[in-house]
Amino acid sequence: MQLFNELKTLGQKHIKADKKANERVPSGLWIACPKCHQSLYHKDLGIFQVCPNCEYGFRITARERVAWLVDDFEELDADMKTTDPLNFPDYDKKLEKSRKNTGLNDSILTGIAKIQAEEFALGIMDPNFIMGSMGTVTGEKITRLFEYALEKELPVVLFTASGGARMQEGILSLMQMAKISAAVKRHSKAGLLYITVLTDPTTGGVTASFAMQGDIILSEPRALIGFAGKRVIEQTIHQKVPNNLQDAETVLERGFIDAIVQRKDLKQKLEWLLGSHTKGGLVNG
Amino acid sequence: MVNILDRKKTAAQIVAGARNQEKMSAYELINGIFEDFFELHGDRLSGDDAAIVGGIATLAGKPVTVISTNKGESAQERMLTHFGCPQPSGYRKALRLIKQAEKFGRPVFIFVNTAGAYPGKSAEENGQGEALARNLLEISDVKVPIVSVIYGEGGSGGALALACGDSVWMVENSMYSVLSPEGFAAILWKDSKRADEAAEVMQLTPEKLLAQKVIEGIIPESHSHKRVCRAIKKTIEQEMKELMKLSSDELLMRRYKRFRKF
Repeated sequence: MQLFNELKTLGQKHIKADKKANERVPSGLWIACPKCHQSLYHKDLGIFQVCPNCEYGFRITARERVAWLVDDFEELDADMKTTDPLNFPDYDKKLEKSRKNTGLNDSILTGIAKIQAEEFALGIMDPNFIMGSMGTVTGEKITRLFEYALEKELPVVLFTASGGARMQEGILSLMQMAKISAAVKRHSKAGLLYITVLTDPTTGGVTASFAMQGDIILSEPRALIGFAGKRVIEQTIHQKVPNNLQDAETVLERGFIDAIVQRKDLKQKLEWLLGSHTKGGLVNG
Repeated sequence: MVNILDRKKTAAQIVAGARNQEKMSAYELINGIFEDFFELHGDRLSGDDAAIVGGIATLAGKPVTVISTNKGESAQERMLTHFGCPQPSGYRKALRLIKQAEKFGRPVFIFVNTAGAYPGKSAEENGQGEALARNLLEISDVKVPIVSVIYGEGGSGGALALACGDSVWMVENSMYSVLSPEGFAAILWKDSKRADEAAEVMQLTPEKLLAQKVIEGIIPESHSHKRVCRAIKKTIEQEMKELMKLSSDELLMRRYKRFRKF
């Protein structure tokens, strides 16, 4: 017994030593793809940050995306900041950290963009900003984008990435869903095009509102798209659910998105779609 | 049990009151407020969700459309309705009835008591997110008055998709929040048992929501179901009278502004 305990102690020491060794290895050189679990050398992801094995698009910041997506970009409402309406514990610290990591004041970057000659209103959610959660500023920036696009008769392209409504802003986050939806409807009634591109992850209140309201709904390969979280689903039905239940590929099969487009092709496909939707179309009323 | 006549209640007591098993069922509530309820079934796409009850009825002598979430009464009914959590087909049925009301110029009254949209596997496969999104999109443009009353739980997007019209009222013992106090406590403190504390932080009570202008008003509640029905009836009759005075353009502009302010 004595010997056994001794060995166990030695074993624990050994593990601790290993852990320290791990810390000395420079981080970020080797990463595992969260979808196919393949070990990848960081540089293999390329500028699009895509797994070469399964085409999964890694979570990137909005500023990284806009850099390769468009030819011209003029940002709107860059300085808008939340007022922390509930005075929520430690919310300010979370915001500060996210602001540092993303270079944004809230979870979406909005502006007027151009791909070649096609001008459009563009919004890109940032999954690194409190999980891309939707607070009052997110909702306000999207609503203003639609109102601006309506006034200027521009199409809207939104990239979604979100854990859902932001709980730190309580019911006001929920109200954003209705506010944005009403603005989307007005824009739509004017005959203007709205394209959504769902990226990993698009869930909760964002799926349940503007993500699913596009005239055309695209997705990146292997993006998680769903309403409820996997754990919640399993607790509800007391069963394990398949890992691919909320994969873009499954959602496509079920008929809820139009197409899956690889990151490297997005720019060209968007340009084509935008160019194919001049207001009023070919048929004269 | 919480004394629902006690005025000074904590948020946790309100939550308990909102979830009280003695809350009226959808049918008792509808028949207690309206006359001649004629139920209409199905979403015309995939099925008929028992968690949403809807149809045509009479209020103050006028034909109206009525929709309510339904938790069911017997154990079997509760299983069937997923304890009042609508499936995508439920939200699609609600939208179908709302569009029908628009066609025939009937005002719509919606009663909400749901922990949220059903978060099951089948719901995911059948597009729960899409169903809620479509309701939010389409209801913003429906040209007849839509009045919602939250009379128990108002759980997140599943409640909002039935409360995105012209006015939203809450009965005294009801709650409306972005997620459940248990879920909130689990995320924030990694401890779902601290739900009572969470309820205080979340500002989910009718009074707090009225202060934030999320709702139009609070309807008093008592042990007598009859009296509660009478109070709700009085409120929604008044709402109908006011909203029917507006032209459809005025109504839609007012509805846009109602949510634009948040």
